[in-house]
Amino acid sequence: MTQSVVVQVGQCGNQIGCCFWDLALREHAAVNQKGIYDEAISSFFRNVDTRVVGDGGSISKGKICSLKARAVLIDMEEGVVNEILQGPLRDVFDMNQLITDISGSGNNWAVGHKVFGSLYQDQLLEKLRKSAEHCDCLQCFFIIHSMGGGTGSGLGTFLLKMLEDEFPEVYRFVTSIYPSCEDDVITSPYNSILAMKELNEHADCVLPIDNQSLFDIISKIDLMVNSGKLGTTVKPKSLVTSSSGALKKCHKKPFDAMNNIVANLLLNLTSSARFEGSLNMDLNEISMNLVPFPQLHYLVSSLTPLYTLADVNIPPRRLDQMFSDAFSKDHQLLQADPKHSLYLACALMVRGNVQISDLRRNIERLKPSLQFVSWNQEGWKTSLCSIPPVGHSHSLLALANNTCVKPTFMELKERFMRLYKKKLLFSLVTLLDIPIPHVLEQAVHFVACTRHFFFQVFQ
Amino acid sequence: MSIVTVQLGQCGNQIGFEVFDALLRDSHSFQGLCSKRENEAYQTSCKERFFSEEESGVPIARAVLVDMEPKVINQTLSKAAQSGRWKYGQHACFCQKQGSGNNWAYGYSVHGPRHEESIMNLIQKEVEKCDSFSGFFIIMSMAGGTGSGLGAFVTQNLQDQYPNSLKMNQIIWPYGTGEVIVQNYNSVLTLSHLYRSSDALLVHENDAVHKICAKLMNIKQISFSDINQVLAHQLGSVFQPTYSAESSFHYRRNPLGIDWQVRPPLSGLPPLGKMSLSKDLHFNTSIANLVILRGKDVQSADVEGFKDPALYTSWLEPVHAFNVWKTQRAFSKYEKSAVLVSNSQFLVKPLDMIVKKAWNMFASKAYIHQYTKCGIEEEDFLDSFTLLEQVIASYCNL
Repeated sequence: MTQSVVVQVGQCGNQIGCCFWDLALREHAAVNQKGIYDEAISSFFRNVDTRVVGDGGSISKGKICSLKARAVLIDMEEGVVNEILQGPLRDVFDMNQLITDISGSGNNWAVGHKVFGSLYQDQLLEKLRKSAEHCDCLQCFFIIHSMGGGTGSGLGTFLLKMLEDEFPEVYRFVTSIYPSCEDDVITSPYNSILAMKELNEHADCVLPIDNQSLFDIISKIDLMVNSGKLGTTVKPKSLVTSSSGALKKCHKKPFDAMNNIVANLLLNLTSSARFEGSLNMDLNEISMNLVPFPQLHYLVSSLTPLYTLADVNIPPRRLDQMFSDAFSKDHQLLQADPKHSLYLACALMVRGNVQISDLRRNIERLKPSLQFVSWNQEGWKTSLCSIPPVGHSHSLLALANNTCVKPTFMELKERFMRLYKKKLLFSLVTLLDIPIPHVLEQAVHFVACTRHFFFQVFQ
Repeated sequence: MSIVTVQLGQCGNQIGFEVFDALLRDSHSFQGLCSKRENEAYQTSCKERFFSEEESGVPIARAVLVDMEPKVINQTLSKAAQSGRWKYGQHACFCQKQGSGNNWAYGYSVHGPRHEESIMNLIQKEVEKCDSFSGFFIIMSMAGGTGSGLGAFVTQNLQDQYPNSLKMNQIIWPYGTGEVIVQNYNSVLTLSHLYRSSDALLVHENDAVHKICAKLMNIKQISFSDINQVLAHQLGSVFQPTYSAESSFHYRRNPLGIDWQVRPPLSGLPPLGKMSLSKDLHFNTSIANLVILRGKDVQSADVEGFKDPALYTSWLEPVHAFNVWKTQRAFSKYEKSAVLVSNSQFLVKPLDMIVKKAWNMFASKAYIHQYTKCGIEEEDFLDSFTLLEQVIASYCNL
């Protein structure tokens, strides 16, 4: 079995990362009743004997002693990381796997990428190498960051190139939080576009997610839970936004609920690689099946169910509803319209007591309403994992490589151009020796990529 | 007459387990339709064919389990051990940490050469345990990366190392719509390579078996376990010992020794024109058919219908193309059972479909970069397409 390392960069990246580790512990605790350190847990956690001074001797078998997350935490200001290290999860993180600074990147991609990149290059390399050495067989780096800020966006993408050079055989899966239209960071369009270029070239697979979609999902859940229809109650652990049963006890901020959704996405993505099932799907299969051309690696994700009602018997119709929901906009983590665009490829990762006949029945049912590209008419990749997520009897994660990302990216480009035309905030950028034509070149390159996207598809 | 089974990838290992389970179950279920002596001879032959004995008395499957990641093998080993009736050899498996990622090129060009020695050694050990070795039974799927790519590589190696032993590959044809998006590429590459190195390809389509589960067996929620059990049942009734009056050991007929090697006539010779009344009915033309009957009243069973010349190509006499094996000892819980193994045009349509879809995708060059980075170039694809077109044409011309 392979291991993965999570690299969380910037405020957003670290907050999501923190939720991820919390929920991962909860999931493994629910599955692993005997407390034996097995291969499933080893995919994200090391088993460490804390009595050993220094690194903490790794124990590969036997009872769980102390679990350490396979994570590297990076932030150019201390607030978020310090909070994590003082919180209930402090023992899960290895003190040696942190890189922090004091001043922050000031929401400037250039500061994150160029200034801090060169300043911390050696340290970054050292920490990443260390985390790789702790792995028996490292398969994947999961990078979590936001696109709109400075550290996550700039330093996060600087890392990508470094990972590609240093660990060319290891996959780079990037979870990127895109800024919504009402984003309060004025420079977010600049930061996002500059980061996009790096993602195009150095990531194996990108899961774009936007805050607006996450916010909409939370609103809908709140509505459902609070409407209290006919005495139905929602199982608390089943809420995709909840930390119930995890170490962090309550929603301190609204972002917590949103971050939990992303954390659940990552758990479901890796479930078939960690746990057994009748049709396994490893992480390398995601890239193999969903990336037909190297640069077309943006996957729209949707997660269902968002919560489970307390009634126990789930008739097949309910199961089919789960599949329908996965293709509805309400469950998507990106504002886009895949149903009215072209699918290049689609993956369905199912967890729980769902069998191949259920899968086939639903694919047959949904196929007619979806448009697939001419050279991939039956472009479905499926997986069945026996272990459901905590609080649910089954779940579905749909990953779609769909041309619907084009409008999303074009919209981002429009926002960029609006700022750029008015030469707003240029000084921030040029001050750091990034020439003006360079910025424009990035924007042009970016537009070219999205056009390229379309061209490939309609060849 | 022992057979060594090689189980490759998730599919191969999951099916392999069900096959051994079905074989042993059948060998223990005696319906009393033949004499006790017959039954004992049958049981001995079955045991010798598929299992070896250990001191503890628990039969050990003559199998080598291969997978590039550990989850499935671990599950398979423990399921077998839990049954208490049989198990796999302790050192009979080869496992790695990272799978083939549904990439045929990775299975064939990377994992193959890297682990060639270890895997072939394991197989060699298993062969050496056999007193009288008859051949290999290789179970694999076409759609994935390990079963298909590594399976093709291993079969090629077996051809080189054991040129005089028979090799039969059990191939699982994937569902038409998506299990794996690149399944058509993987299938085309697998089939073209196996054609050059295997003696016989026994094919089971997931779609067809699924239909059997749904329509004939009325299972509501069909799982892969159900599908694999149906498959295992079919394979069991082909491979279990069959009665042969020719030798003194009545149950020693080589199950892999089905005469598949049929050569078409040289051009210029007149075809054997045997017209039959039922020529209007459109049959899939066959080159060879084998019927295996087990159970009650086998001796009186009428198989004349299988000798109809309309079923066979014009350049073959039915008597050369048709074989029937009759055994009085019943299979499993069935009083009477019949199996037909056929080498006919039946697979032309599915094969043509897969080749078309693969070609369609290849024309747009989608996913090709994933294969070229592991050493399979576009020319390799083109060679595979050419070979399969030839196969389709040959079958169509029957």
